Amino acid sequence: MTAPADSSTLAVRTAKPLDEPRQASFWTRIVSAFAMFRNGKSITGLAILGFFVLVAILADVIAPYPPTKVDNTARFQPPSLAHWLGTTHIGEDVLSQVIHGTRGIIVVGFLAAIIATVIAITVGVIAGYLTGWRSESLSALTNVFLVIPGLPLIIIVASMFEDPPLWLVAAVLGITGWAWGGRVLRAQTMSLRNRDFIQAARANGEPLRRIITVEMLPNLMALIAASFVGTVTAAILTLTTLSYIGVIPVNTYNWGTILNWASAQGAFRQNQWWWYLPPGLCIAFIGVALALINFGIDEYVNPRLRSAGERARAMKKKGLDVNDAVTVIRPDLASVVRTASAPQPYESDLKEPAR
Amino acid sequence: MTAVEPHLADADALQADALEVGTTATTAQGRSRVPWRFLANRALFYLFTLWAAITINFFLPRMMKGDAVDQYLARNRNVSPEAAEALRALLGLDTDKTLLQQYFDYWGLMLRGDLGISLLHGMRPVTEVISQALPWTIGLVGFATIVSFAIGTIGGAFVGWRRGSRLDALVPITTFLSTIPYFWLGLLAIAAFSVNLKWFPIGKAYGVGVRPEWTLEFVGQVIHHGALPALTIVIASLGGWMLGMRNMMLTVLDEDYIMVAQAKGMPNRRVLWGYAARNAVLPQIQSFALSIGFIVGGTIVMEMVFSYPGVGKLLLDATNAKDYALMQGVFLVITLSVLVANLLADLAYAFLDPRTRQTEA
Amino acid sequence: MSILEFDHVSKIYNVRGAGRMKALDDVSFTLESGRTIGLVGQSGSGKSTIAKILTQLETPTSGEIRLDGAPIPRRGRGLRSYRQQLRMVFQDPFASLNPYHSIRYHIERPLRLDDVVPKQQTEREVRRLLERVQLVPDTVIDRRPHELSGGQRQRVAIARALASRPHLLVADEPVSMLDVSIRLGVLNLLADLQREEGLGVLYITHDLATARHFSDEVIVLNQGRIVERGPADDVILNPQNAYTRELRAASPDPENWFLSKERSDASKDASTTGGTR
Repeated sequence: MTAPADSSTLAVRTAKPLDEPRQASFWTRIVSAFAMFRNGKSITGLAILGFFVLVAILADVIAPYPPTKVDNTARFQPPSLAHWLGTTHIGEDVLSQVIHGTRGIIVVGFLAAIIATVIAITVGVIAGYLTGWRSESLSALTNVFLVIPGLPLIIIVASMFEDPPLWLVAAVLGITGWAWGGRVLRAQTMSLRNRDFIQAARANGEPLRRIITVEMLPNLMALIAASFVGTVTAAILTLTTLSYIGVIPVNTYNWGTILNWASAQGAFRQNQWWWYLPPGLCIAFIGVALALINFGIDEYVNPRLRSAGERARAMKKKGLDVNDAVTVIRPDLASVVRTASAPQPYESDLKEPAR
Repeated sequence: MTAVEPHLADADALQADALEVGTTATTAQGRSRVPWRFLANRALFYLFTLWAAITINFFLPRMMKGDAVDQYLARNRNVSPEAAEALRALLGLDTDKTLLQQYFDYWGLMLRGDLGISLLHGMRPVTEVISQALPWTIGLVGFATIVSFAIGTIGGAFVGWRRGSRLDALVPITTFLSTIPYFWLGLLAIAAFSVNLKWFPIGKAYGVGVRPEWTLEFVGQVIHHGALPALTIVIASLGGWMLGMRNMMLTVLDEDYIMVAQAKGMPNRRVLWGYAARNAVLPQIQSFALSIGFIVGGTIVMEMVFSYPGVGKLLLDATNAKDYALMQGVFLVITLSVLVANLLADLAYAFLDPRTRQTEA
Repeated sequence: MSILEFDHVSKIYNVRGAGRMKALDDVSFTLESGRTIGLVGQSGSGKSTIAKILTQLETPTSGEIRLDGAPIPRRGRGLRSYRQQLRMVFQDPFASLNPYHSIRYHIERPLRLDDVVPKQQTEREVRRLLERVQLVPDTVIDRRPHELSGGQRQRVAIARALASRPHLLVADEPVSMLDVSIRLGVLNLLADLQREEGLGVLYITHDLATARHFSDEVIVLNQGRIVERGPADDVILNPQNAYTRELRAASPDPENWFLSKERSDASKDASTTGGTR
C-alpha cells in the first residue's frame, strides 16, 4: 500500500479508461429510461399493441362499412370478398364491428389502468415510506380491496347505472383494481427506504416530497410499468366479460358486446365461426401482447429469468446437464484426465539428487 | 381468471408481509407448535374485511337513485309486512330513520342471518335460495381450481427444473391460453365439444327434468355435465400457475443451498422436490390465496355460459331482473367464502413455512 | 468552530417478538472541530447507531446531544441548520448514491438545498468540490454511479458531504468496502480535508491500525458501552481493557509476525550444527 505520487496522477489513474464523457442528451436519457423495453419480447409486444392502438385511432378510416349498417340481403354470411369477416344476423359487417370495437377496449383499458396505477402509487409508496400504524392501516386498506372479490362487486355497481359513460366504467374498474399494484409497490418502497442513498437524502435535509418523487420513483419505474401493463390486461378482460354478460349496456361497440350479440343469436350453436372467433382472438392477441411486454420487464428486473435458460443451453452444448452434481467431468476432457492421473515423475526430481 | 397482474417481486412482496417478525437464528423449538399469533392476526384482518364488505353492501343501494328501488318494490305488492320491513332496511328505503339507525337495523338483520326475500325466486328467503346454489359452485370451482393449481405447480416445477429444454415452449402456450377470456373459451368449448362432437351436454348441471338425488346415475350425470366447465376452467387458469411456479423455481435454483445439496451427492429427484419445489411453492400458496377473488369472478362467468346452477348464475339472473336483495346476498356470501378460503390458505402456509412457526417460540 | 457533546446517551430498540435490545448504554463523548475521534468496535457494537443518532435518523431513548452548548434542534429551521453543520459519509459507496442521478446532481442538491452559493455559481462550485476530492471533474460529472469505481464513488460521497461546508463530519467505515490498495488514498484525502477545513471528524471503524493512524483520540465500544478511551497511541499500543487487548490481538500485524519467525528460525539454526540450506 503505497501513497499515490500526487493528486493529479491519482485522478488520472483511478478514472476509468473511457472516451469523451457523453453529454447525456435529452434523447439518450429518454431511451435509457426505457431500457426495460429493449429486449425482443417487449418489442414484439409493443409492436402488436401499437397495431391495435393504430386501428383504434383510424377506425373510421379503415373500416369498410359503418358498424351498424343493416343489410337485410346479406344475413349470416360467411366471409366473402365483400365482407372479409362475414356478416351478423342483420347483415352488419363483422370486420367493421371488430375494428370499431377496438376503440372502446383501448380507451377503457388504458384509462382504467391509469386511474388504478395513480391510486396504487399514491397509497403504495406512501404506505411504504411511512412507518408504524399509518403504514399498517394503509396496508390493511390495500388488503381489503385485494381480498373482496372484484367481479361481483363491479357487476352490482355497474347494474345500478342505466347507461354508464365510458369514463365511469373505467373509473369503477380502476377503483376496484388498484390493490395488487399498491401492495407490490408498498413492499418495494419499504425495502428502498432503508437504502443508503435515501438515508443520505434524509440526512441532507431533502424534503419529503422530493424524496418520494425524485429519489424513489425512478427506482420504482420498472415495477410501476409492469403493474400498469398488468392492469390494462385485467381491465380489458373485465370489460369484455361485463359487456358479454350484458351488465354494461350494449350501445357502444366493443369486442365483448359483439360476442354478446353473437351468443344471443345462437352463433355458437350454428357454427357461425366468423362472428364469434375474431373478437375473441383479438382479445387473446392483445392479452398476449401485454403479457409479452410484461415478460420483457420481468427479465429486465430479474436477470436470472433471462440467463437461466441460456446457461442451461450453453452447458448442454458441452455435453453437460445443468442439473448434474457439481463435480461432473466433461466428456471431452475425460481422456486428458485419465492420462494425467498416471504417475509422472517431476522434472526437477530427475535433475537433482533426491534428498 | 387468474391474476394476470405482474409476477414481479412476488417473493419479496409476499414474504415481506409474512415474515413480519425477524428471522434471527433462534432454535426451532417445537416444530409442530401452532402459530397462534399469526393466525389470530389473519383472522382479525378477515373479520375487518367482512365488516368492510357488509358496510359497502349497506351503502351501495343508498348511493343509487332511490326511485329505481322504490318502483321495484311498488310493483311487487304481495309481500309480508316483516319481509317488507327487512327489504326496506336492506335496500336503503327506510329513509325515515337516521343513517345511524339504518346502520344498526342493517347489522341486526345481518347477525340474524336475514338477507331478505328473493322476489325473483318466488318470495323465498334469500338465504335459502343461495344455500341451494352454493354447493354447485363450490364443487365446480373447488375441484377445478385444485386440479389446475396442482397440475400448474407440478408442471411449473418441472419446467423450471428442465430450464433451457424444449419444455420452455410450454410457457408461452399456457400464457396464451390464460389471456383468453374465460367466457370465450367456454363458448368455444361448447361449440366444439357439445354442438359438433356431441361429447358433452350443452349446459346445466344435470339433465332437464331430472330430480337431484343420491343415485349413481345422478352422480354420473353431474360428472358428465360438469366435465366441460371444469375442463375449461382448468385450461384457462393453468398458465398463471405454471408461469408463477417456473419463475419461483428459477430464482430458488440459483440459491446456494441447492448447490450444496447437489454437491453433497443428493439424487436429483430429491433436490427438485424436497428442496427446490418445497421452497418455491410457498409464494405460490400465497399467490393462490390472493387470486381466489379472481377465480370467483371467472366462475361466475363460467356458470352463465354453461347455465350451471351456482351462485354466479344466481347473481346474473338477479342482476338482469333487478332483484336487489338477492344481489346483495350473493355478494356477501361470495365474500364470506373468499375470506374463509383465504384463511384456509393462510393455515396451509403457516404449517408449511417453518419460519412462521419458529417465530412464535 | 463547533463542539458537539454526546451526553450519557442510551438507545433501546423494541424488536417485535424478541423483546428489547439495548444498542447504546450511557455513551458520552465530545466531538470538536479540528480533532478526529476514532470510534472502534466490532460489528454490532453500536457504532452505526451513534452515526444514525448524530444525523438525526434516529432519536436517543435517554441522554442529550448538544451543539455548541444548546440541545440540538429537532425540527424546522434549527434542524436545517444543524444538518448543514454535520454531514455523514456512508459505508457502502454504491448504495449511498442514487443509481438514477448523475454525479453533478448528487453534488448540486446539497448546494441548492442549503443555498451555499448563488445559483449561477453552482456549476463552478460542483467542479471545485470534485477537484477537492482529487477527481477530474470532466471525467465524472455527467456519469452515473455505476460507471465509476468504488474509490471514485466514495470520493463523490465525500464531496457531497463537504458541499454544505459542515464543521463536523461523521465517517461511518468509509473505506471498509473499498479495495485494500486504494483505502489509504481515500483516508489520506479525509485527513487532508480535515486539516485544511478544520473539520471535527468522527471516524467509525473496526480497523485498529487506521484508527490509530488518523485519530487524535480513540474510543472503544463494546456492546453499546464505552470500555476504553484516550489518546490514540496510548489506547492502541498500550491497551488497558481486556476487550481492547482482544481486539488488538485479533488484528493482523505483519511486522510482528516476521519478527517472531526470524527470531525462532535463528534459534533453530543455532541449535543444529552445519547443514547448509
